[in-house]
Amino acid sequence: MSDKMMAADGRPLKASLNRALRRQKLRALALIAPLLLFIVITFVMPIADMLFRSVENEIVSETLPRTTIALQEWDESSATPPGEPVFAALYTDMALATEYKTHTRLGSRLNYEMTGISSLFRKSGRGVGKFDTDVYTKAFQDSNAAYADPAQWASWMADETVRGQLPMTADAYDAWAAMLISEEGDVPAEETPWDFVFTALYLEASAGATLPVDVDVSSVEPVSLMAQFEKIDEDWADPEVWRTIKIYSPRYTNGYFLNSVDLMKGADGIEERPENEQIYITLFVRTMIMSLSIMGMCVLLGYPIAWILANLPSRTANLLMILVLLPFWTSLLVRTSAWKVLLQQEGVINDILVWIGLVADDNRLQMINNQTGTIIAMTHILLPFMILPLYSVMKTIPPSYLRAAKSLGATDWTAFWRVYFPQSVPGIGAGCILVFILSIGYYITPELVGGTKGVFISNRIAYHISSSLNWGLAAALGTILLVIVMLLYWVYDKIVGIDNVKLGG
Amino acid sequence: MTTADGAFVAFDRVQKSYDGETLVVKDLNLSLPKGEFLTMLGPSGSGKTTCLMMLAGFETATHGDILLDGVSINNIPPHKRGIGMVFQNYALFPHMTVAENLSFPLEVRKFGKSEREEKIKRALDMVQMGSFAGRRPAQLSGGQQQRIALARALVFEPELVLMDEPLGALDKQLRETLQFEITNLAHQLGITTVYVTHDQTEALTMSDRVAVFDDGRIQQLAPPDELYEKPLNSFVAQFIGENNTLDGVVQEIKGDTCIVKLDSGDIIDAVPVNVSAVGERTKVSIRPERVEFKSERLQKDAHTLKAEVLEFIYMGDIFRTRLRVAGTDQFVIKTRNAPDQQRLKPGEMIEIGWLAEDCRALDA
Amino acid sequence: MKTTMKLMATSCLTLTASMAFADGHMANEMTIVSWGGAYSASQQNAYHAPYMEKTGINIINDESSSEAVAKLRAMNEAGNVTWDLVDVEAADAIRLCDEGLAVEIDADEVLAAAPDGTSATDDFGASLISDCFIPQIVFSTTFGYRTDMVPAGTEPPKGACDVFDLAKYPGKRSLNRNPIANMEWALLCDGVAYADVYDLLETEEGQARAFAKLDTIKDQTIWWTAGAETPQLLADGEIFMGSTYNGRLFSVIAEQGQPVGMAWDWQMFDLDGWVIPSGLSDDRMARVLDYVNFATDTQRLADQAKYISYGPARASSAPLVGDHATLGIPMAPHMPTDPANAENTFYNNYTWWADYRDDLDAKFQAWLSK
Repeated sequence: MSDKMMAADGRPLKASLNRALRRQKLRALALIAPLLLFIVITFVMPIADMLFRSVENEIVSETLPRTTIALQEWDESSATPPGEPVFAALYTDMALATEYKTHTRLGSRLNYEMTGISSLFRKSGRGVGKFDTDVYTKAFQDSNAAYADPAQWASWMADETVRGQLPMTADAYDAWAAMLISEEGDVPAEETPWDFVFTALYLEASAGATLPVDVDVSSVEPVSLMAQFEKIDEDWADPEVWRTIKIYSPRYTNGYFLNSVDLMKGADGIEERPENEQIYITLFVRTMIMSLSIMGMCVLLGYPIAWILANLPSRTANLLMILVLLPFWTSLLVRTSAWKVLLQQEGVINDILVWIGLVADDNRLQMINNQTGTIIAMTHILLPFMILPLYSVMKTIPPSYLRAAKSLGATDWTAFWRVYFPQSVPGIGAGCILVFILSIGYYITPELVGGTKGVFISNRIAYHISSSLNWGLAAALGTILLVIVMLLYWVYDKIVGIDNVKLGG
Repeated sequence: MTTADGAFVAFDRVQKSYDGETLVVKDLNLSLPKGEFLTMLGPSGSGKTTCLMMLAGFETATHGDILLDGVSINNIPPHKRGIGMVFQNYALFPHMTVAENLSFPLEVRKFGKSEREEKIKRALDMVQMGSFAGRRPAQLSGGQQQRIALARALVFEPELVLMDEPLGALDKQLRETLQFEITNLAHQLGITTVYVTHDQTEALTMSDRVAVFDDGRIQQLAPPDELYEKPLNSFVAQFIGENNTLDGVVQEIKGDTCIVKLDSGDIIDAVPVNVSAVGERTKVSIRPERVEFKSERLQKDAHTLKAEVLEFIYMGDIFRTRLRVAGTDQFVIKTRNAPDQQRLKPGEMIEIGWLAEDCRALDA
Repeated sequence: MKTTMKLMATSCLTLTASMAFADGHMANEMTIVSWGGAYSASQQNAYHAPYMEKTGINIINDESSSEAVAKLRAMNEAGNVTWDLVDVEAADAIRLCDEGLAVEIDADEVLAAAPDGTSATDDFGASLISDCFIPQIVFSTTFGYRTDMVPAGTEPPKGACDVFDLAKYPGKRSLNRNPIANMEWALLCDGVAYADVYDLLETEEGQARAFAKLDTIKDQTIWWTAGAETPQLLADGEIFMGSTYNGRLFSVIAEQGQPVGMAWDWQMFDLDGWVIPSGLSDDRMARVLDYVNFATDTQRLADQAKYISYGPARASSAPLVGDHATLGIPMAPHMPTDPANAENTFYNNYTWWADYRDDLDAKFQAWLSK
């Protein structure tokens, strides 16, 4: 007896089988490839993109590469701003960023963390070209004409010895040259380097570096770059600004996630936001509670409707089903506005209540622009998502079960509760999951009828997507929402069992 | 037929209409004593299931009374009637185990735990399903499920059990086993049973009496043998068992026999069942196994018919031969597969006949 | 979830954009994004129609301005900008400019000079609030009130500060659900001099004071998010007075004839105009610049006021504002800039808000949900 079964051609049977199956699998894969690609592009990539955006923070180190390196020396808990070398690095970075027009973007990014940085960067962009550092340029060029010769500069900067002597200048020159080519379309070998290159040169010369052509820099009055920046805006002397830059200089940050749960990065690590800025936890909790209420309302209203539909002859049921689906065919805005007309204080329902005499004219009910309004309008909108799975599950419960229960001696209620209801639970589960997940993501309806207390976390997400452009925070909020949903799903699976969810049949 | 006093279940002039225009059940009168196994047999739409549902309480009678133990139950809701019921699709609750299913009727009757367990065990043993208490219905075969359904209908010891085509979904062999078991159980426990089926074999083998339904009426209510051998009308004759019919006109009635002239001109002898006058049209009914074709067994003085063999079918225990007789191609005779039995060949011409008493002249 | 949706939309947009517009626009077409409704119609009449007639270029109206900022960013990230010119509010123009999503322009080079030779920079003056912004109209956020709900024997409300006077003018109010304008009004009506408002708002105390003032009317206020809400609420008699854009109130009063009056005091001036998205090809850019030069001409800007009650953003257009094109009424008295309406006004301080908006918006939303 041999160990392995052999196929007819003498190869191990297992290998033969695998080979045959692999071909089949590949063919199957090729068949579904377009679909798979579509799913990857439309589902997986956006979610991956969202996850990435919620931690991505490359803008700081990309826009201010030298500054972030120089800042590593600086102690962020210190009460004084960093020293001259950091400002020198900032000068180069800012001069380049202004040309690339990325400084205002960075300003907006950092403004999310600290109010005022936006205009600080905008102003600095305007001011950075007008620094007194032109005295360095003049000093070098006056002392030796070679420094005014673009071609000479180009040849120096191609010389490894010079570069080794003047690393900072070489770095500034390279960055300047790259900028010149990409932004201005000029040839660096035909342009004199800008002030910030000469500033770097001066700083290195005054530190004792060997220059390609010797210049005595001791007579040049040094310009304090710190003072220059402070002249643009005194906020540059504020250690808080520098702390913000340093804290947010890593390429990846948990800052957005901290913001999403009303925390922030302070000088001594993570701390709570001031109370008057705390909003997201409240909104998350509210979104959950309201979504659960909406879900509950949908079960309460949807169950009897689904039951009636499932027990009517199919002709009538189909007709009524159209009524159930009708809301799907009208615009969301129209439906929501209709609720406004109905529910507002001068609205139809209040008018009727006053007319009947149930409510005093000066004491009309507040039914919209609050949580009640949101729950009513959202329940109406999401009801079909509850009814449809319930209906399709109920349709599969034969009436003979109820008859059997009754013949066994159960009252109508016992028969329903112990026999019918447990069998409809998969439909309730499916409906609840649908309604809950849809409702935590809704924002148009809460926005229109929610007032101040009926808005959801998604409204803030929408705000950050379309208004404040803080996509990182929006992504973090969205990620948290996603995680919460998955957690709830997991809990549901543990308690009820996900096999117990049926959309039909 | 009137309601007999002391009947356990009685339908008294019951009518049922769903749409207010047509009657599904027309003037039904039926009574059965305690312990009887009665089968309602009929084609679909004949009203038999409606009758069962009215008895169970799921449908209300449009007119008339249904009496249980002498008391009208028209206004008693189904759960208070205390009638056990077995459904065609078993209707076992899928979310409960077998034991829970059986426990259900006991719980709603507020039996104590130990008493429940004891009854459940007894009921399961009764249907030989003692080891399945912990299973869910979906884990059982159809036959097993039906046994459980039966046990559940019996577990609370009802005096009346209704069965609505309980074996309809099972294969033939299982059906036969269960038919036997159900009848045995019913008789053993002394329960009154009303059984609905459209399978006449089932009806014949299981029942004390069979009520043949058609068109909302009971066409005949009789024990199986009587039903088979002495159908009262041509519907029953056709519906129960295989039957040959020949159309004709009554030519002469003398006492308990009559002479019928068939449409082909042939003359035959028959028993007048529901023909009363000469000249009346009639359908004559003869069971295939009562037809004789061997000349030595034909009665000398009786009328015979010429027949041509069209087809011979070998069916194992019997032979089925199709003949052309008196203008019809569908005349069938059945003969036992005995060693000396003659196998007819297609094209052969034979002469057939029967005992006059086996040939019943029924309504046209 | 919504983010996922948005991001999904972004990638879908990218996908479709790259498929549908693989080679940019058709040579003779230009997509201009605006707010839709009456506003787009006024632009169609005043600018698009005459320009199309003059040049034969086909202008496509896209009504996406309310989501222009996010969409522009999405297009920019996808590297395929399908819009040629985008109508945005000044605050958004600053944001887009900061983000590098809009092109900086040289006003004197791009915009037409006034007929008397005044340079565009001087003629547009203060309305050139950003290097990317091409001003079009001045509008204001101000108040309308139900004339029939004014308590008997009381003079009608004059402006923003009457909103805070619940004793004199009981009833519901409506205010914008964001801090801009509301914070300023709260301080102004609390007795702060206009010159000090923004300085004070930079401080915790100033913000607390503004919120305290708003607290007095918080539970009587319906907070709107769309400009159409206040006119609707006024028409339904749901509120006594509320803030919205003056053009919306004009149509409620002049076109629908509702019993609504204007309360102009302390109206907040705001600007609306165009930005050119960055990333246009050279020939598309040239076409857009030609259109912009045509449309910002003194007469054209004045023409827009025939169709909607917003004032032209350049000084030289003001005297040319005439009658409403269909109603025939003189438009000047309905302009926010009309001297009779402009006794107390203030400008939305865009640059200040660019810094403080994120912060104050968070605080404002937190305050609202308390």
